[in-house]
Amino acid sequence: MANTLKIEIVTPDRKVLSEEVDYVGAPGILGEFGILPSHVPFLSALGIGNLYYKQNGKAYYVFVAGGFAEVNNNKVTILAEVAEKASEIDTARAQKAIERAEERVAKAKEKIDAARNQAALRRAITRISCQTSGKSAGTC
Amino acid sequence: MASLKDVQNQIVGVKKTKQITKAMNMVASAKLRNAQTRIERFRPYADKFYEMLGDLATGADESVHPLLEVRDEVKTVGIMVTTSDRGLCGAFNVNIITKAMKLAQAKAKEGKAVKVYCIGKKARDAFRKTEFEIVREEANAMSNFDFTLAASVGNELIAGYISGELDEVHVVFGEFLSIAKQVPVDLAVLPMGATEGDETVSGGSGDYVYEPSVEGLLAELLPRFIKVQVYRALLDTSCSEHAARMAAMDNATRACDDLTKSLTLLYNKTRQAAITADLMDIVGGAEALKG
Repeated sequence: MANTLKIEIVTPDRKVLSEEVDYVGAPGILGEFGILPSHVPFLSALGIGNLYYKQNGKAYYVFVAGGFAEVNNNKVTILAEVAEKASEIDTARAQKAIERAEERVAKAKEKIDAARNQAALRRAITRISCQTSGKSAGTC
Repeated sequence: MASLKDVQNQIVGVKKTKQITKAMNMVASAKLRNAQTRIERFRPYADKFYEMLGDLATGADESVHPLLEVRDEVKTVGIMVTTSDRGLCGAFNVNIITKAMKLAQAKAKEGKAVKVYCIGKKARDAFRKTEFEIVREEANAMSNFDFTLAASVGNELIAGYISGELDEVHVVFGEFLSIAKQVPVDLAVLPMGATEGDETVSGGSGDYVYEPSVEGLLAELLPRFIKVQVYRALLDTSCSEHAARMAAMDNATRACDDLTKSLTLLYNKTRQAAITADLMDIVGGAEALKG
């Protein structure tokens, strides 16, 4: 029985990472799920959230927004529209996005797409929390 | 016969043009390399995507998702045309535009309304001169685009299809076959039943655990699939554009060489003729003095 998993994260613009890891936790659309080696074949849609994987006792965080996870044969493939490693996240930009989103809510007169605004806000907040978790785990 | 000065000016002009075309050729080849790496980076995503969709779609029929529904009566056809923003790339843009125009005219003849989505300045310029309705135009997008553009255009197409404003969607783009060969392609993206046939061939392993349900996953996957196709069209067009420009500029550089050669010949002939004429004058003058 194999005791590691291979994880691969691809986005339309690049391959974000490809590693041998011990555990993967991913933000499924119905809630978070964890994957250990020898998991059954599994296919799930992903929401906005933080994916993390453990490698040699350390946890690494990756921000993902929308996409799919496929588990087959000890290989986890994440197809995401957006994926950023914790160390690559631009928190200043995320902070600005939060401010913008809040501003839009405050100026409710302006016609806004509430769902879109909500999603933008969630992405920004998750990005920041992703980097924070990465920093506290000492991997970013 | 042209004067010496004229020929000289022409030679200088041609040489300058050659410098420009040569530089453009080099720029195009650098950009082509970039565009090709982008396609290569995108490929794993696209391949995986087709694979997943193939796994899922084996058991699915039309009723599962509105994007799979084929409408009996097609009233409105959406055509997305992607070209480059700039010219000087041979017949590349013209080929794409002709293909799209023909499609639009054929559909219009059948009594269907045509809505056009123009990505790239050249497509916009061409379709502005026609009576077709332009729903969306992106004039300076091709030089610098990413998946967001594909996603936003894709969303618009999907929204149009679901709301019933569009009953059929085509994407016309320049497919990149090789550096020497690019062809305009008309891809019917929606309804999806038409395109999906060949994706399902890969066959599913079938024993997956799905979360949420197969239907739920398809509802997520199908709209994305449209965006993936749009993005592929954009990437291919941009790659083809640079390849076409490279070839066009290479030809131009060579034509400049030929032109310089024949002009230099003309220059020398003119010069010799002038010298001969001068000599004749002097000799004639001397003869006259002697006499």
